[in-house]
Amino acid sequence: MKFTLSWLKEHLDTTDSLDTITETLTRVGLEVEGVEDKAKALGAFTIAYVIEAKQHPNADRLRVCMVDTGSGEPVQVVCGAPNARTGMKSVFSPPGTYIPGKDITLGKGVIRGVESNGMLCSAAELQISEDHDGILDLPEDAPVGQPYATYAGLDDAVIEIAVTPNRADALGVSGIARDLAAAGLGTVKTPPVQPVRGAFPCPVGLKLDFAEEDRNLCQAFALRLVRGVKNGPSPEWLQARLRAIGLRPINALVDITNFMTFDRNRPLHVFDAAKVKGDLVVRRARDGEEVLALDGRTYALTSEMVAICDDNGVESIAGVMGGEHSGCDESTTDVLIESAVWNTLNIARTGRALGINSDARYRNERGIDPDFTRPGLDMATQMVISLCGGEPSEVVFAGELPDSPGAIDFPWSEVKRLTGLDLPQVEMKLALTSLGFHVSGAGDRVKVAPPSWRADVEGKADLVEEILRIAGIDRVAPAPLPRIKGEVIKPVLTVLQKRTRAAKRLLASRGLVEAVTWSFISHAAAKLFGGGSRKLVLANPIAADLSDMRPSLLPGLIRSAQANADRGFGDVALFEVGQVFQSDEPEGQLIAAAGLRRGTAKLEGAGRHWDGAAKTVDAFDAKADVLGLLSGLGVPVGGLQIVAGGPAWAHPGRSATLQFGPKGVIGAFGEVHPRVLKALDVKGPLVAFEIHLDALPLPKYKPTKVKPKLALSDFQPVTRDFAFIVDKAVAAGEMAKSAQNADRALVAETSVFDIYEGTGVEPGKKSVALAVTLQPTQKTLTDAEIEAVAARIVAEMAKRYGAVLRG
Amino acid sequence: MNDIDTLRDSLVGEIEAAGDEAALEQLRIAALGKSGSVSGLLKTLGTMTPEERKEQGPRINGLRDTVQQAITARKDALGEAALEARLASERLDISLPVREGPEARGRIHPISQVIDEITAIFGDMGFAVAEGPDVETDDLNFTKLNFPVGHPAREMHDTFFFAPDANGERKLLRTHTSPVQVRTMMSQEPPIRVICPGRTYRMDSDQTHTPMFHQVEGLVIDKKTHFGHMKWVLEEFCKAFFEVEGVKMRFRPSFFPFTEPSAEVDIQCSRKDGEIRFGEGDDWLEILGCGMVHPNVLRNCGLDPDVYQGFAWGMGIDRIAMLKYGMPDLRPFFEADIRWLSHYGFRPLDLPTLTGGLTS
Repeated sequence: MKFTLSWLKEHLDTTDSLDTITETLTRVGLEVEGVEDKAKALGAFTIAYVIEAKQHPNADRLRVCMVDTGSGEPVQVVCGAPNARTGMKSVFSPPGTYIPGKDITLGKGVIRGVESNGMLCSAAELQISEDHDGILDLPEDAPVGQPYATYAGLDDAVIEIAVTPNRADALGVSGIARDLAAAGLGTVKTPPVQPVRGAFPCPVGLKLDFAEEDRNLCQAFALRLVRGVKNGPSPEWLQARLRAIGLRPINALVDITNFMTFDRNRPLHVFDAAKVKGDLVVRRARDGEEVLALDGRTYALTSEMVAICDDNGVESIAGVMGGEHSGCDESTTDVLIESAVWNTLNIARTGRALGINSDARYRNERGIDPDFTRPGLDMATQMVISLCGGEPSEVVFAGELPDSPGAIDFPWSEVKRLTGLDLPQVEMKLALTSLGFHVSGAGDRVKVAPPSWRADVEGKADLVEEILRIAGIDRVAPAPLPRIKGEVIKPVLTVLQKRTRAAKRLLASRGLVEAVTWSFISHAAAKLFGGGSRKLVLANPIAADLSDMRPSLLPGLIRSAQANADRGFGDVALFEVGQVFQSDEPEGQLIAAAGLRRGTAKLEGAGRHWDGAAKTVDAFDAKADVLGLLSGLGVPVGGLQIVAGGPAWAHPGRSATLQFGPKGVIGAFGEVHPRVLKALDVKGPLVAFEIHLDALPLPKYKPTKVKPKLALSDFQPVTRDFAFIVDKAVAAGEMAKSAQNADRALVAETSVFDIYEGTGVEPGKKSVALAVTLQPTQKTLTDAEIEAVAARIVAEMAKRYGAVLRG
Repeated sequence: MNDIDTLRDSLVGEIEAAGDEAALEQLRIAALGKSGSVSGLLKTLGTMTPEERKEQGPRINGLRDTVQQAITARKDALGEAALEARLASERLDISLPVREGPEARGRIHPISQVIDEITAIFGDMGFAVAEGPDVETDDLNFTKLNFPVGHPAREMHDTFFFAPDANGERKLLRTHTSPVQVRTMMSQEPPIRVICPGRTYRMDSDQTHTPMFHQVEGLVIDKKTHFGHMKWVLEEFCKAFFEVEGVKMRFRPSFFPFTEPSAEVDIQCSRKDGEIRFGEGDDWLEILGCGMVHPNVLRNCGLDPDVYQGFAWGMGIDRIAMLKYGMPDLRPFFEADIRWLSHYGFRPLDLPTLTGGLTS
C-alpha cells in the first residue's frame, strides 16, 4: 500500500516529522517498506542566481560562473553546460553533496586551473527527469537559497507500507490516519461524507439473482446513475496523487474509482450507461461464459464466480475487474456507479483462478467496510459531479448489509494476563475508542464493540493486540522465564534424537562430508530405490525431477557425488542423516543414515601419495563405515547378521544386508549396482550404505550406571595360526566365527589374516589363514591342551566347510 | 710393581684398545673366561694359606673388578659409538606430507550445526525437542492453526500438495513446523516447553528462498507465561546464538493466524563490506515471527484459553545460519558442492555447548 505524505495529511492533522510518522507506522504494525523522500534526497540542492558567467581561460567548452547561493559570499563554479549564462537562475549543490544522477559525492576541485566550489545541476543529475541537455533553467521569480525540491513540489514523500491480511482497514489512507492518531500523532480530520439526494429514479434496474444459500456471494449492492457528465482528464492534483503511488491516470471517472480505492479502501466500479443494455443482474457466472476485461484479456468464467451482467452478457467480474465493453471513456455522458459488498472467500478464489491481481480484488478479498457502501457511493457521486458535472439519480439498493459483529465481553485484566503490561484503564479505553471501538460499561469488565471496518476482531486476544500495539510493544518489559522446577535441567533428547546427532558426528569423523539434499527426487529415481508410490507423488512439484518423496537418501547423494565429479572432484565421500518416506503416514517417515564413497575416497585418504596411492573404493569401505557407525552409536551388535546380497540398488555379488533376524532388517551396504548408476546417469565406482536409525535396537534400560565387572586374566594369551584350503565360495568371515565355537570359553579372538588363490592352490579353491587367540583364565595352557583345541578347530572347519589344513 | 699390577695394566690397556664388541668379548674370555688369566689367579686363592690369602685375596679380587669395570665401560663406549653411527645413517625426509586424516576432511553441514546450537540454548531453558512428519494433513497444517478455509493467509504459503485420496482429502508438505506444536498440545499436558526444528516446504525459489528449507519453532504453554517472558526468551536466545554481549531487538505488531497478539522481530545490525554484525549499527533485519498462542488454536487442541496461555515463535534455521556465518546465498545449502561444504561446514567435534561456547 502506497500513499504520499500530503495525501495522509488530508486525513491527519499532525505536526510530526516524516521520520516520526514512519517510525510510528512500523510501531503500530503498519510496517514501512520504503520511503521515497525527494525532499530529503535533494535537501542540499538550492536555488541560485548566476551573477556572472564568463569563458573559462583554458577550455572552450567551460564557463566560470560566480553564483549567489543566497548565503554569504558568491561562490565560484566551473560549469560545462552550454546554457549557463549570466543572470539565469538554476540549482546549486555545494561540495559534499551526493549527486543521485551520477552516483558520486561532489568534491571541491580545480578544473583546468580554475577553482570550482560546487556544481550547477541538470534535471538528470537530480534524477527527476532524463533531461541532461543543460543545467536547470528556472523562472526569474524562483527564490534564491530555497531548497529546490520544495520549490518544485517534489517534497511529497511516498510511503509504502506492508499491510497484513487482517488489516483491510489500513488499505485506505483514512484508515492509516486513524491508526496514527490513536498512536498520538495528531488528530483525524477525514471529512464526513454528506448524503447525496437523487434528482430522479435510477433508470437501470438491479437484481441479485442468487439461490437462497448463495445470497452471501453479494451481500449488498448500491447503484446510481449520474447523467450528463463530461468525462476527460482528471485535474492535476488527482493525476499527481495517482502517479505518485504508481497508478496511471486514465480519465476522471476511472481516476475517481481509483482514488476511492486508495483513499477509503472502497473499490467501486463505473459503467458507461450508454453501453449497458437492460437491467443489471448479479448472478453466478455460467461455465464457459467469457468476458473481455479492462486489462485487455479475455477470461473464461465458471459457475464458481460471480458476474455482473446485462442483456449483452457479462459486463464485469464482480469485485475483481470490470469489463472492457461497458468501460468509461471520453465519450461517456451517463455513468453508473457501483458500490457493493462481496464475499471475501469467493473473491479470493475467483481472483486466484483467473490470475487477476487487481487493487479491487486485493481489497474485496480482505474485506471492505460494509457500512461504507452507501457513503462510498455518495462520496464518489460528489466527486463525479464536482469534476465532471452531471445530475445524480436516486440509489438502487439490493441485498442487506451484514449485522455488526457482537460486542466482546472484556476484562481489562486480560491485557496484563497476556502481555505482562500493567496499563491504566483510561489509557486502554482511549486506545480502543480512538480506533473506533465502542466501549460500554464501567469497572473491571466492559463490553467492547468493534467498528464495522474491523471484521478481524473477534475476541479478547484481538483487543489485547489493539491495546498493545497502540501502547507500544516496547513498553513490555522482558521477564525471565523461570525454570519449571527449581532444579538442574533433565536430559531432553530422545534416543533417536541422540543417535541422529551422534551419527552425523561419527560419519564426519570418518572423513565423510555431510550433505543436505532435497526431500523430493525424480519419480524414476524413487522407483529405483523402492519408492514411487502414488501417495508420495506431489501433485504440484516445483520441477519435474523433484516430484517424489524420497524412499532413500542414496539417490540424492549419488547424484550429488556425480555433480561434484563433473566439477572435477571425483573422489568424494558424502553422507546424509535425514528423513525418508515409506508411506504418507507419520509412522512411514523414518530417519535414515547413508554414506557413499566415490573413486578413491577411502578412510585414510584419496588419490596418489608418495607412500602408495589410494586404492579404488570397494564394498569393504562401506562395510567399515556402517559397522563403525553402529559401534559408535553403541548399538549392541551381538545379534547382527550380515547376509550376502543387498537390495535392488546394490551389486548382487558385492553387497550385504544388515539384519537382526530376517524381520529385523536395518539396512545394507555394498557397491552401487551398475544398472542403477546407468539409470541415474552416474559413473562409478561408488560404494554406499544406508541404515534406518529407527530400526536399531534400543539400549537396554539399567537401574544403575555401573559398568559390568572387568575380568582380567593373569595368564598370557596364546595365538595359533591355521591355513585351510576350502572351496572358493566358502565365506571366510563365517569360518572365523565358527572357529570361536570350537571352545567358547578359551577362544578369545579369531581373525582372517590372509586369503590366497593361485599357484600351489588347486583352481576353484582358496587358502584361508586364520589366527586364533586362546585366553586361559585358570592356569597356563599345556601343549597338549593347546593341541586339543587346535584339533577341535580343524575338525569344526572340516565338518562345516570341508576345509583341510594346507600341507 | 708386581705381576698382578702388570697384568692389570696390560689387560686394561688391551680392553681400552678393543675396536669392536667381538674383540672385547675375546679379551673378556681371555681374562675372565673359565681358563682366563684372571680366573687362573682367582683359582690360586684356594691353594693359599690364610695369611697369603689375606694378602693376595683383595689384590686378585680387585684385579677382577677392575677388569670387569673396564670391559663394561668399553662396552658402553662401543655401544654408544655404534648408536651414533646408526643414527647418523637413519635419516627421513620428514618434510614429506602425510595424508590428511579423516577427522580433518569430515564436515558437519551448517544446518545440523545450527540445530545443535539452538538445541543447546533452549535445552538449558528446559525446552525439549519435538518432531513431526513432513507429510501433513490440511487439518494440522492449517485448520487447527486457525487458518480459515480459503483465507488469504493460506495464499501466503505456497503449498505442495499430494493427490487427493478417495475422500477427496489431500495431504501436503508442511509449510511450517507449527503442526508439530499442535501435535504436542494434543498429546501432552501443560506445562509445555518444546522447540520443533525441521524441514518445511513452500513453492518458492530465488536467492533467499528454496522449495525446501528448515524452520525452528518454539512453544511454551502453562498458566502464566506472557508476552514479557517471550521477549526475554527471544532476546536471550539471540544474544546466546549470535554470541554477542547485547542485542537490540524491535518487536513490530504483525499478523499470524495462530497467534494473537502477534509480532515480527527485527534485530539491530550493521552491514559493512558484506558482513553483518549484531549488537551494533542502525540497520534492522527481520529475524523471526512470534506471538501469544491464539485462543482458537488452544481450543482446537483441547486447551481452555481462559486457563492456559503461552507463546510461540518461528524462524528460519537456514536464514539464521546465513546471518551468523555469512553465506550470501541459500541455494548452495542443498547442492552438496564439496567445496562449499568443506568451507562452510564444521569439524566433526565442533560440538556446540553452553559450557564450552557454541563456536570455538
